[in-house]
Order: sequence, then structure tokens, then C-alpha cells
Amino acid sequence: MDNIAGTKSTLSWVVNISVAILVALWLFPTVGLLISSFRTADQIAVSGWWKAPFATEQNLTLRSNAPDTQVQEGDLYVIEGRLDEADMDISVWGISSRAIDAYQPGETAELRKGGTITVQADGRYRMENTEAFGGKRGQRIFVTAITPPQLTVENYDNMLLSEETSEGMVKAFFNTLTVTIPATVIPILIAAFAAYALAWMDFAGRAILIAVIVGLLVVPLQLALIPLLKLHLGIGIGKGYLGVWLAHTGFGLPLAIYLLRNYVAGLPRDIIENARVDGASDFQIFTRIILPLSFPALASFAIFQFLWTWNDLLVAKVFLIDSSGQTTVMTNQIVELLGTRGGNWEILATAAFVSIAVPLLVFFTMQRYLVRGLLAGSVK
Amino acid sequence: MHPALLGLITITIGVTSCVGYFYLSNLFLDRVLYPPRGPNAGRNINRANLIRPWLFLFPALFALGLYLAYPVVETLRLSLTERVAGGGYKWVGFDNYSQMLSEPKFWEAIRNNMLWLIVVPAMSTAFGLLAAQLTDRIKWGNIAKSLIFMPMAISFVGASVIWKLVYDARPAGTDQIGVLNALYIWFGGTEPNTWLTIPFWNNFFLMVVLIWIQTGFAMVILSAALRGIPEETIEAAIVDGASPLQIFFKIKVPQIMNTILVVWTTITITVLKVFDIVFAMTNGQWETQVLANYMYDKMFRANDWGVGSAGAMVIMLLVMPILVWNVRNARKEMR
Repeated sequence: MDNIAGTKSTLSWVVNISVAILVALWLFPTVGLLISSFRTADQIAVSGWWKAPFATEQNLTLRSNAPDTQVQEGDLYVIEGRLDEADMDISVWGISSRAIDAYQPGETAELRKGGTITVQADGRYRMENTEAFGGKRGQRIFVTAITPPQLTVENYDNMLLSEETSEGMVKAFFNTLTVTIPATVIPILIAAFAAYALAWMDFAGRAILIAVIVGLLVVPLQLALIPLLKLHLGIGIGKGYLGVWLAHTGFGLPLAIYLLRNYVAGLPRDIIENARVDGASDFQIFTRIILPLSFPALASFAIFQFLWTWNDLLVAKVFLIDSSGQTTVMTNQIVELLGTRGGNWEILATAAFVSIAVPLLVFFTMQRYLVRGLLAGSVK
Repeated sequence: MHPALLGLITITIGVTSCVGYFYLSNLFLDRVLYPPRGPNAGRNINRANLIRPWLFLFPALFALGLYLAYPVVETLRLSLTERVAGGGYKWVGFDNYSQMLSEPKFWEAIRNNMLWLIVVPAMSTAFGLLAAQLTDRIKWGNIAKSLIFMPMAISFVGASVIWKLVYDARPAGTDQIGVLNALYIWFGGTEPNTWLTIPFWNNFFLMVVLIWIQTGFAMVILSAALRGIPEETIEAAIVDGASPLQIFFKIKVPQIMNTILVVWTTITITVLKVFDIVFAMTNGQWETQVLANYMYDKMFRANDWGVGSAGAMVIMLLVMPILVWNVRNARKEMR
């Protein structure tokens, strides 16, 4: 490799930059949504998420302290305080929604109900009146201010901790979990036995069976929707969890058998034959030797199936979700939110991230197995 | 009952009955039916070994048959019949197909699907190959890889939300919050565009989402293939004075052609089944219909099972060549 040594430093520099650009491009959309989910609705609506780290000019509607906080100074009643706790830099302000830019900071406005108010650039204000301030709520103040960058977990609070503002996402989260776990565990067991039979037992028709399974790998599940829904309705399962578990099991099996068979067939012949010679039955060989040794392949498939069932929309829509609205899953809930809350990015972004968080966690912790499974499943 | 509890019970029942089935059927075979003892021990062992594979295979074959093989036949049958009011089916021959072929929405779906089939596998494979080749040469390659690979874990629906924000449009004059419009204005555009409603081009904006997801898959597989290339062939090329580009296109790519083909076909199958992205982002409006969404529309919105099944058969027909190719490859390997 000596003859490219001279060009190497510039070349590797170019490569580094190109990869950085590629990664940035791929990361950019997701980061956008992630940052948006930590901004308030007002911030999202007036400025792009990439401006989140910078101060922005915003129109805010704030309120002074309520009249019951007033104090008497001589013969003046005074309410004093500071608008918004964070640092702001107010450029103009007003006390009517029709003239939000009527006053400069430091100027004094006459209140409609009597008295005056003075607002400083940093948000401090002072209301003075010769009579006591009446009413229950504080004075509305409209300010146009440069606010420093600010991130909030309020959206997640609303979605996860409160029943009314959760948009059904909490329930959908648990429903999704309920769909996913049995739909991941059950096919593994069935497939493992079949994979062992296909890899290590001799019988007529084995080669044809393997070919059939390879063929079934690509059969679009769209074909199965109506016939199976008919079947489920016919035998009384109807729409519900049982139906969706069975459907996911059926649709996941070809890949499961294929992946596991390839792996199990690659286990060393000596171990299995020694066990046979020692008098172990096939059942014992399977449970004592094959299962423990196949852990990596089992993990690979489990991750695939988990991601696939967690992220699925179509199967859930057809086999699970009925008109009662009790059995919705997160993907479906998000699609509905796209329809009803199309412009409310703080809700959409948060909902999307609640649903994406779990697969991402699985992805980053178990990536090794995922890659191994992909390679075993495709490079053939 | 709480669904989570129901789930737990199902897992327990499912797993126990699976294990129970395998254990008990084996026990029955070995103890009762053909015990490996007595005068016919040898014959019994042979017979038991003839039956045992099928015991192991039965649940899987049953599920595969019921959930994948039977539906293919049943869908074919449904596509040739029509539901009669009050129950029952009437044989209508190819009426459903001719009705489907006369619908402009179907042809729109076919046209768009063809576009998807050309653009998405090609772009994903190309980007995947580029990313694989570049990341293999740098120190932080593994981190870069896992970041490009990450969208694989994100659902199509989640990805749709992510990209809808990118394509978002605000009225002219106000700050744009969608990256694409912000860039467009920044580069001198005047009116912000609602990208997803521009006929024809909006297809490409939808495709970007799938390319974004599938590139990581292509990269992982191709990167493994690139690393499997024998070092000698590359060294020989360097000695002969080949440039890096020549090495890549004339030495490396031909050697991993088979893998490229596998990646291409795998993505092709994903594309044929693409539903969620179109469903969530445009629902087939503004001329973005694709076959899978067309079929869903027919089956579950119009409740026309006949035409819906005919649509499903079209998808099956398009998958068929890949299916045959896969099976032939698998059989070749088996020998």
C-alpha cells in the first residue's frame, strides 16, 4: 500500500468530511423532531427547531401578580413583581391585544380600571393605584421580548403523567407492549424446534420444505389480511389481542425458521453426534445443547420480531383495532394525531418520540445481534 | 381483564403448551408407541425416528400453512368472487380485475409503484455502498455506521412524523419551521411550498423517507461483503497502479455483485409492501397512491373484498419473480 501513502492524508481528510456530512444528513431529521419535543408550542410555531439554541424574539401574553398580593405604600396600593422568571429582554409591550407594541420599556401606561403600570426591559413591573386593585386575576401584559433558549419537559409531562392531556398515548403504550411480547416469544419456540428438525434430522422432503420456507419469506402479508380476518371472525376469535398474536406469529415464522435453521445447521457436528452416541434423545439434544448454543441467533430473531411488531401498523389495524377505541396501538394513535392535531408539533413530536424511544433503546443496546441477524438472513 | 394480565397469561399458556406439546408428544412416541425395548427395539427406533421430525415440525408447518399458504389460495378465490348482500359469494370470473383495470386510481398506483421500485432500491443501495466504503476507512466508522443504521429501528409511522416536520410549510412571510422550506427561502425562493401536495414530485418526497430508512440496512450488509473481499486482489491492483476509484469500481464492486443483488431484491420487496408511509403522510391523495394503500382502501374503506383481493394478487404477481429467484438460489446452495 506504499504507493498511495502520499495521497493518504488528503484522501482521509476528504473521507472524514464526507462521512461527517452523510451522518449529519441522516441524523438531522430525527434530531429536529427530538428538539421540537422539548420546546413549547409557542416556540415551535414561531421559529425553526435549529434556532432552539439561540435567543428568539417572541410575542408573549403574561399576567401580573393577582390583586391579593398588593401592598400599601403610604397612600398608594402597589403590585410589584417580575414577568416570567427567565431572563428576557423586552423591546416593546402593551396592555391591550390590539396594541401589543404601544409602549417602550420604562414607559408608564394608564390602566383602564384606574392606576398605572410601568414595565422595565428586564421584565420587572410596578403597578400603582390610589385605590385598592379589585378583581381576582392579574393584569394582562403583552410583551415582545428576546427570550433566551429554553428547553422544557412539559410536553412529556403532559403526555405521560396526565390522563386528560395524554392523547391516549399511555394506554396505547401498554397496548403495544401487550401485543409485542407474546408475539415475540411464541414464534421463537415454535421455530426453534422446526429449525432443529430441518437442520439435524433426516427425513424425506426436507429439501423441499426448506425451499418452501424460503419462498414464504417474501409472500406479502397483504394477501393474508382478508382470508385471516374472515377465519378469525368465523372461529370466534374476532378482532383482539389473540388474533394479532396469532397473526404476528404466523407472519414471523418463515424468517424465524430460516434464521435459526441456518445457525443451527452451522453448529459443530461432533457435539451433536457425541451426545447421540451417549444416548441422548433428540428432545434432550435440543433442550440441553441446541437451545443454549443458539442464543445469538435467538436474540437476533427476537430483536427483529420485537422491532417489527412494535413498529407495525397494518397488522394491528386489521386484526386488533376495533371500533371501541380501547385497543389502539401507538403507531395507530400517531396516525390519528396526524389527522386531528396536524399542526400541533409539540404533541406530535412528543408522541412520536414516546413510541420511538423503546425501539431505539433496544437498537443501541443490542445492535450486535441485530447486525448478525441481518447478515445471516440476507447474505446467502 | 386488564390486557397486560391477559398478555402475561397468554405468554404463560403459549409457552407452556408449546413446551408441553413437544415434551409430551416425544414421551408418547418413545414410551408408548415405539419403545426402544423388547423384541422389536431396533425396528421401533427406526420408526420413531421416521415420525419424530414431523412432531418437531408440526406446529410450525400448521401455522405457516394457515397464515401464509392458505391465504394465497383464498385471496385468489376471493378475487374471482363478489360478496352478495346477506352473505355468501358469487363467482364473477375476472370482473373484479377488469373493474380494477378501468380505475384511474389503480393505474396511478401502478405508475407510482414502478417509480418507487426504480428509485428506492437504487438510491438505498448506492448510498449504502457509499457509506459502507467510506466508513470502513476511518477511526470513528463504527459510530458513523450505527448512526446511519439507526432509522432501521424507527417505525414507518415515526419516520413519517419526522419527515412531515421537515416538509412543513408556514404561510409566506412568517418564519418557516420545516427545514426544506427554510432552505428554499434562504436560497432565494419566494413562496413556501407544501411539498407533499405537488403532484408527481411529492412521490419523491415520500420515497426519501424509505431511502432514509433502508440505507442503513444496505450499508450493514454491503460493508460485511466489502470486508470479505480477499486482500490479495486489492494489493495486486495497487501494485498494478490502479487508482482508488478504479479499485472500487473494477475490483471491489464486481466481487460483491451477488450481495448487491440480494440487497436490491430485499429492498424491492419492502418497497412493494410499502403502506405505512403513504398512509400516514398523504393517504394516497395528490396522486401519491401506491398498490398496498390502494388495496387497503378497497378492502377496509370501500369494503370491496373482490377488488381488494385482486389488488393483493397484483402485489403477489410482482413479488413472484423474486420468490422464484430466491428459492432457486436456496436450492443451489443446498446441493
